[in-house]
Amino acid sequence: MTPPPFAMTDGPPFAMTDGRVRLDGREVLSGIDLRVESGDVLALTGPNGSGKSTLVRALLGLLPLSGGRTEIYGATPARFRDWARIGYVPQRLPMGGGVPATVREVVASGRTARQSRWRPASSADRAAVDRALEAVGLADRARDSAHLLSGGQQQRVLIARALAGEPEVIVMDEPNAGVDADNQRALARTLGMLTGEGRTVLLVLHELGPLEPLITRTVRLENGRIAAEARLRGADAASGPAGEPASGPASGPAAEETAGSLA
Amino acid sequence: MSNVLAYDFMRIALVMAVLIGLTAPAIGTFIVQRKLSLLGDGIGHIALTGIGLGLLTGTSPILGALVVTVLGALAIELLRARSRSGGDVALALLFYGGLAGGALLTQAQSGGTSLQSYLFGSISSVTMDDLYLVAGLAVAVLAIVAVFGRDLFLLCQDEELARAAGLRVRFLSVLIAVTAAVTVVIAMRAVGLLLVGALMIIPVAAAQQVARGFRATMLTAMVIGVLSAVSGLLSSFQYDLQPGPAIVLLALAVFLAAVAAGAALRRRRADAARTGHGGAAAPAGLPPHAAGVPADGGGPGAAPVAACGPAAEAGACGPGGTAARGPEGRHDVEAEAEVLGK
Repeated sequence: MTPPPFAMTDGPPFAMTDGRVRLDGREVLSGIDLRVESGDVLALTGPNGSGKSTLVRALLGLLPLSGGRTEIYGATPARFRDWARIGYVPQRLPMGGGVPATVREVVASGRTARQSRWRPASSADRAAVDRALEAVGLADRARDSAHLLSGGQQQRVLIARALAGEPEVIVMDEPNAGVDADNQRALARTLGMLTGEGRTVLLVLHELGPLEPLITRTVRLENGRIAAEARLRGADAASGPAGEPASGPASGPAAEETAGSLA
Repeated sequence: MSNVLAYDFMRIALVMAVLIGLTAPAIGTFIVQRKLSLLGDGIGHIALTGIGLGLLTGTSPILGALVVTVLGALAIELLRARSRSGGDVALALLFYGGLAGGALLTQAQSGGTSLQSYLFGSISSVTMDDLYLVAGLAVAVLAIVAVFGRDLFLLCQDEELARAAGLRVRFLSVLIAVTAAVTVVIAMRAVGLLLVGALMIIPVAAAQQVARGFRATMLTAMVIGVLSAVSGLLSSFQYDLQPGPAIVLLALAVFLAAVAAGAALRRRRADAARTGHGGAAAPAGLPPHAAGVPADGGGPGAAPVAACGPAAEAGACGPGGTAARGPEGRHDVEAEAEVLGK
């Protein structure tokens, strides 16, 4: 089952087996088995403090595991090299020390994993940045300082930043937190476009909200463990419950329960 | 002007001032963004020990300072990365140790006058050999900024994003610290070790008042750096002042002017935003950028748009809504971002 440690086998985007994370001496995640397959639109749900963001960061290798194993496309995060395949959207625009950066500069930094250090930005780079700005509807704000935008717009800047890298997988940490309804709908449209292109999406969501029709799988965390998993088949046609479909056996014929890593 | 250039030492000093004015703000932009504004100061303290060692061993004080500051920068970065809480104290110990050690070593060598000249700068004593060395170092710093600029930008924005882009975060962090150390050595002869950090920070602080982007901030800071270094040097020659303090005070004057200019600039941009692109340019289907977004009040550029609404006539809004200033706007956004981050 486990791939040879040194080969760059092309596994699924993310695969964690018996993943454990300790923070400040407390086990925040325990016994996590999760495979994210290509084409999944997976929503990680659960109450505050259940470990959703921790899990995402552990999957990306940003937090070390205290036990178990996690792989990105078949390689451990330390050995994984093809970071251009992954687009990460953190919860908020990092503010740093307050040196301003334009929206375009922030978005263009999403190309870093694809660029050679020794060459200036190519026309392909610029075109990708243009497309990403268009996709989130911020093309007219490209020359403005990013930190002067509203929270919802900053969220869109970060999404555009990830899109600019043209990744196969997009990982978003609570893209709807503190964002108004208009920006949430804009996000749903952008996401619809991405899933239409067959990209893999991993979302941390407090509630599914307007994104629900796009979600194909939900994984619910509670107290650092996977409490429930549900597969919502046939995205739009799913007649699943409106609120938190993964909180128990999802009703309706379109949803089926799957257990742990059997998914 | 021509009589200034008649002196050899002034020609050397002027070239040096230009090199300092270019390099210090270039690396300083990254340092400010990383919230390490006092890094240059700390390295300056450590450099003194290197100067002392250089004098003691009869080699060039610049070379001594270079070796010791680079080692010091490595130690600083190691301490910063290793410890979350104890690093602060460890840094202070390193800085004071460097300063005290340097003071003793230089005193043992040549009495107090030499120490004074290193602490506050003495550009007239710079030789041609020193200039070659400094020029080489300046080229190295600018080359590092040019080649690694994109990576460093991402690193200074957010370490996690940098790691998720596959960048070697530790290497880049060390690179910034070492480049800062080299810059300290470049600037120390002219500005003095106690004021070396000022030229890394003040031009950047001035530039970020008026610039909207990172690259623009860096280029503006470099212009400000060169202007204040050269004019500070000339006025120190004219009025027989120490060049270091003169350069730093001029840079501070530019900073104050930039604060005023920045406020005026933001007011004009706010006006333009109100009359110009008040949401009309947003693509169909997407909300106009100002509509009902709670944090818009935080940004000075956006404030009047939010106040008036994209549909309102420009005249109905009045010029009153533009009072927000930069730092405040930034605080608002930060506060809001914290809310987002739970």
